[in-house]
Order: sequence, then structure tokens, then C-alpha cells
Amino acid sequence: MKTHLMLAGALSLIATMAAAEDKPVLTVYAPDYFTSEWGPGPAIEKGFEAICDCDLKFVAGDVLPRILLEGDKTQADIAIGLNTDVTAKARATGLFAPHNEDTSDLTMPVKWDDPIFLPFDWSELAFIYDKTKLQNPPKSFEELLDAPKDAYKIVIEDPRSSIAGLSLLLWVKDIYGDKAEAAWEKMAPKVLTVTPGWSEAYGMFTDGEADMVMSYVTSPAYHIMAEEDDSKVAAIFPEGHYFSPELVAQLKTSKHPELAQKFLDYVLSPDFQGMIATANWSFPAKLPHAQLPEVFQTLPMPDKTLYLGEDEAEKLRGPALEEWQRAFAK
Amino acid sequence: MAARLREITPAALASAALVALVLGTLAAVAIRAGGLTGLRATDLAAIRFTLWQAALSALISCVLAIPVARALHRRRFPGRGALISLLGAPFILPVIVAVFGLIAVFGRRGLVNAMLAPLGIEPITIYGAQGVIIAHVFFNLPLATRMILHGWQAIPAERFRLAATLGFGPSEVTRHLERPMLRSVLPGAFLAIFLVCLTSFAVALTLGGGPRATTVELAIYQAFRFDFDMGRAASLALVQVAISVTALLIAARVTMPASFGAGHDRTTRPIPQLAGGAGRTSLDALAIVLAAAFLLAPIGAVFARGLPALPELPAMIWPATLTSLVIALASTLVTLIIALPLALAATRHRWAEIAAMLPMTASALVMGTGAFLIARPFINPTSLALPMVLLTNAALSIPFATRILMPEIRTLQSDYDRLAASLGMRGIARLRLLTLPRLARPLGFSAGLAAAFSMGDLGVITLFSDGQTRTLPLALFQLMGSYRMDQAAGAATLLLSLTFALFWALDRAGHHADSR
Repeated sequence: MKTHLMLAGALSLIATMAAAEDKPVLTVYAPDYFTSEWGPGPAIEKGFEAICDCDLKFVAGDVLPRILLEGDKTQADIAIGLNTDVTAKARATGLFAPHNEDTSDLTMPVKWDDPIFLPFDWSELAFIYDKTKLQNPPKSFEELLDAPKDAYKIVIEDPRSSIAGLSLLLWVKDIYGDKAEAAWEKMAPKVLTVTPGWSEAYGMFTDGEADMVMSYVTSPAYHIMAEEDDSKVAAIFPEGHYFSPELVAQLKTSKHPELAQKFLDYVLSPDFQGMIATANWSFPAKLPHAQLPEVFQTLPMPDKTLYLGEDEAEKLRGPALEEWQRAFAK
Repeated sequence: MAARLREITPAALASAALVALVLGTLAAVAIRAGGLTGLRATDLAAIRFTLWQAALSALISCVLAIPVARALHRRRFPGRGALISLLGAPFILPVIVAVFGLIAVFGRRGLVNAMLAPLGIEPITIYGAQGVIIAHVFFNLPLATRMILHGWQAIPAERFRLAATLGFGPSEVTRHLERPMLRSVLPGAFLAIFLVCLTSFAVALTLGGGPRATTVELAIYQAFRFDFDMGRAASLALVQVAISVTALLIAARVTMPASFGAGHDRTTRPIPQLAGGAGRTSLDALAIVLAAAFLLAPIGAVFARGLPALPELPAMIWPATLTSLVIALASTLVTLIIALPLALAATRHRWAEIAAMLPMTASALVMGTGAFLIARPFINPTSLALPMVLLTNAALSIPFATRILMPEIRTLQSDYDRLAASLGMRGIARLRLLTLPRLARPLGFSAGLAAAFSMGDLGVITLFSDGQTRTLPLALFQLMGSYRMDQAAGAATLLLSLTFALFWALDRAGHHADSR
């Protein structure tokens, strides 16, 4: 009897495997963090496979560099997890196709009319600190710059190797314009160190080595919801906070264009949008405020959102980087 | 003639593979970019900083390693073998893990500042050029100590006994035995460390305190990742290769072979008379204690931080661990298969030595991208994921394995070549009866390093990733990337323990196989 059951089990397993092979495969290129079980990948895969009659396959790694190297022979049907810092270059390749979605009713503080890159979630940059440890948090960007050099130590990400670092560079440039270099000179003595990526910086903050870290306004939500710890808060500045969306796009060369389009539809569906807040610790791109998890509804948010469009960001990146390097060299 | 040819064939094949891997991939990137692109002013600053910090790190590591190695050679105490193994740990630590350990000790809220504060001493800061140097010395002091200690052990015991019979004091021993040995070992140690620090990336970034501490490898990363300027990346990679090869040629010129002749290989117990009096004994003790504190405190900090989180590690950590272990053992095998023929040939042919050192000069990013560009027209790169991981992991360890093997092979050849030739011992027989047994120690050490390097490797070649297989370091990074810092610390403790256990087991196996 037992062996029969095992045989039946094995056969049905083979049957499902064979069925899986018959199904079309949608290949989605995504960043490394995306596909781990703590990232949004597994939930997306499960959700989409339930409606698509297909096999969604993630390929984790450096999304855009890989697509650029592969050119029009890329295996990717979809690229997800792109940031606005690379869209100008991605667009110039002509490899991406329009998303065909209605973006007029997105729930973002920024109006979105990009026909190719579709946002699926967003957040805004913020300095995060521990309110039980830091007595005198800055109440504005100006105050942060003017604070004495031993008031607090901040850890930031390198704009040459990290998206968060690059967004910070643009944030400062957007607020201070021609005076950005002077702003960096004021900030530099309070910068404990510059890390290659967000993870190292955030780890140094949670270990207590740094008083403040460059992260996102949504970071405290993780600590509240997953750790029941409300001591980590975002410093909210009246100058405005820099907007940071995460994007998805389909490729022109996709062998399953209908499936790819269906995936983009799914991205804006209530199912996807409903789970992305806690899967990726950021705001969904299209979900009414009242449907957000409670913690997200009550997160302190800046009144003003800053955002440089793609062209301006691309134009300012080089000079802003040079200013940043000069300011730290002094 | 045919015999000579047969003798160098394995080394020639191994060299060709490495040249293809390092220079072939660089050429592929340059061709795809349509040629090399000129460098910017910031690139030149990066080259200057890279050279400066690499030279200083290598110098300090070597200078500090001499008293430590001498003390370990002269003294016998319980747990000495274990301590020597343990002192090797920093060298094999994954960079990110080590950096967090260093911060726990030397950081703002670290142990050292906690001890200084009650004494009213100004806090020290690790962030800046000094941090980069401290970290590099932390990583490389163990390597220098081991290389120098091997040099000491390679001096036949008869020479020390002869010295004792002649009534030598410690200073005569230094002049006649130790100084010639150091002349032969130090240039190699300096070079190895210089090259390690040359391609440093994450250390300089995290502890450098800002863009002043920009290395060439970071400039390459930036050229690739943010500018998609492959021509500039190739130019920078070429500069890195050129610097390394120049350093290699200079080191080869200043190295003096130490010919002590063959001994009978008996007793390595130190001769009390040569070890000096109480003053020298306490100096030796001080050297050992300071080195142990400097090297072990950060490791202890990492271990202790993650220990409570070990039971809470998610289940997926175990398949990732298994993957890492299998890859580590396989790439250890690849390392030895390539490094042994190279090292055997390198003592007589400069080209073999240079080929063995080549991977050290390579930028991992350029290597991965180049291989991807070469493979793509013929085959889906994902199906090459495993061989690529094995090859690149092995490539990282081959320079070290060759360096470690070479001095002992030189001794072996100068001492036994004529004897072996007169006995007509050649080929496999010679390998089995003479070469392998005599090289058991450095082979074990090399295997330990190779396995450890591979364990800690993040899989630089993400271009080949199939998105399914996950190694332990990658799992650690994914945990960090999704706010799970405690679990990441637990994964770091696991990684640290396994890496060290692998290294220790292979290193010990080498010792046991050597009857000396």
C-alpha cells in the first residue's frame, strides 16, 4: 500500500513537472534582494502564477548591466526593480516597450507619465535615527548642516555604487542647487563613513555605531511591524524629501508579449499592490490610503516631495558627483 | 628534449588557462567597448591612493609579522598549533564580516574606545586612511606571519644545532641564518600583500570614510555600473594589471634564494641556548599576545554578536550552506590541480610565476563580464554558472597557493634534484614518493586557504547567476538587504565557523601527512 502511494505520488509529481514544462515561461530579471524569501519575489511569483497559467522565473543579479550586455538577444521578458537613476540609459537602448497602463490614478506624490517605465512602489529618502538615543535630532536639512560636528554621526551610501547614495546626491542638489558643494562641506564632518551599499550603512546604524543613517521614510515601518520597536524614526524636513520609485518594464524582444503585458496589469492589480507594502517596506504605487496597513497610514510623512525628472537627473549627476568628491577632499 | 617538453606541458596548459581568464576577458571587454578610453583626473587620484595604501599596508604587515613569526618559531607552549591556525582566521574572513568585527573593536562604540573613555583618553577613529590600513594589516598580518614562519621552519634543524655547537648567540643566529631566510621570504610576502590590497574594494569603501579613499577597483565598478563605460573599465583594469606585473618583476629581482642545503628533517624543538634569556622570552610573549589580541578580538566580536541568532536562522540557510561547502571543496581541488604544476615550473621559469600571479591583478568585475561576453554567442551563460564559479574562485586562490608552494619547492629541488635524478626517479613516481610528501604542509595550507576563500566568496560573477542557487554569503547579504540584521549576524557566525573549520581541517591534514 505504502509503495503504491509513493508511486502515485511520484507519478503525479512527474505529471505536474511535465505540465510545468508545457507552460510558457515568463523570465523576470530582478535584483538580488528581490528574490530572497524576505523580498517580494516569492509572493509575486505565487500571485501571478495563480492567474497566468504560466511559469514565472526570476533571474537575480545586476538587472540593467546584464540586459545591456545581452542586447536584443536578452532572455528577459520583464525587468523589475529598476530605479530612476538608470532609466535614461535603459531608454536610450531602445530595448524596452511601452507599458500601456493608465498611470493617471496612481497614488504617488509625483505625477507619472513615463510611457515605458512603470512604478510599482515608492518611498522617499530620509535620515533615520533612534529617538531613545538621539536627544537633538535635526528638524530641517538646514539644521542638520548647521549642527556642530560632534552633534551626531551619520552614515551615508556612496553615490558611485549605491542607489540610495545617488538619490541623496540628487536630493542635496535639488535643495541647494549652486550651493550644493557648500552644503556637502558642512555635512562632511558629521559623516562617519560612506558605505558601498544600503545594507552596510543600515547595519552600522542598528549596531549603534552611527547615530543616523541615510534610508527611507518607510524604514521605521519594518521595525514597528516586524520587531515591535517604535524607537526608529525618520527625521522629517520642511525643505522636502526626495522621491524614490521602483520600476518595472517589458522588453520589446519578449517572446511572450501578451504574458508580459499581463504581468504589468498584475503589477497594478489590488492583489500585487496590497502585499507590496510589507513585502518591500515601501508604499504601493496604486492603493488608496485607507487600504494601506495601519502602520503605513500613520507614518510621519513630509509635506513636500522633491523629484528631478530623468533628464535633469542625468544632466546633474556628473557635476554633482564632482562637487561631492571635492567637498569630501577638503 | 621530449622529456623536458613533457615536464612543462601541465604548467604551460595551466598558464594558458589563466592568461585566457585574465587577459582574454579584459580584451573581450575592450573589444566590446570599441577600444580603451582615456582616464579622468579622479581615476589618477584613485590610482595614487591605491598604490600608496597597498604599499603601506604590505610594509606594515611584513614588519609586524617578523617578531610574531620569530616568537612562534622559538617558543613552545600548550595550544601553540591551535593558536597558529587561529591567527590565520582574519585572512580567510569574508570582507564584510571582518569589517563589522573591526568596527565592533575599533569603532566609535567599539571595545577600544570603551576602554579608553574611563581613562580620559580622546576616542580614536577608524574611519579614514588609517582604517583602510588597519583593516588591510588585520587581513594580511596572518598571511605574512605564516609565510615567514614557513621560512623559519624551512631552515634545517641541523643548521640551528650547528649554530649551537659553534656557540652562536641570538644575534649571530640572526646574522647567519635568519637574515638570509628573510631576504628570500620577505619580498614574496610583501608582493602578495601588495597585490591583495591593490584590488581592495569593500574595505576601502566602508572604512575609508569618504571618496578620498577611492581605489582603482571602485573606479572600475563605477565605470561599469553607473557610467556603462566599458572602455574606461578596461583601461583601469589594464592599469591594475600593469602595476601588478611591474611589482612582480621588481620583487623577483630583489629576492635572494637562501640555500641552507638539505637536512635530516629531525627534531624541530628550539634549542634553548639560541632562544635567549628572560628578556627575549618576555618580548616574544608580548609579540604573541599583542598579535593574538589584535587578530582575535574582532573575530570574537563577530562570533559573539551572531551566536544568539543561530537558532533563529531561517531554514533556507541550510541548503545555501551545503551549496557553499560543495563549491568550496570542488574549487579547492581545481586550485591544487592548477597551482601545483605552475609552482613546480615557476622556480625555473619566470613565465609560470607571472601566469600564476595574474589572477591577483585582475578585476573580478572585468573578468566576469569578459567571460560573459565570450560565452554568450555560443551558450546560455546560466548553464556555465557552476564551472565559472569554480574557476573564478580557484583563480583567486591560485596566486597564494603558488606563492606558498614555491619556496619549499625551491628547497626541494636544490636539495633532492640530483639524488632523484641519480635514482632515475621521474614523473608520477617522483610526484608520489618525493614531491607530494615533501610538500604536504604547504599543500594543506594552500588547500585550506582555497576552501576558505571560496566559502567567503560572494559570487562576483552575478552575470552567470541563474537566480536559483544561493550561497551562504549571498544569503547573508539578502538578510541584510531586507532589514534582518540579527539573522544576518547569525549567518555571519555560521559562515565564520564553517570557513575556519574547513581551513583548519585541511591545514592540519597537511601537517599530519608530513612526518617532519
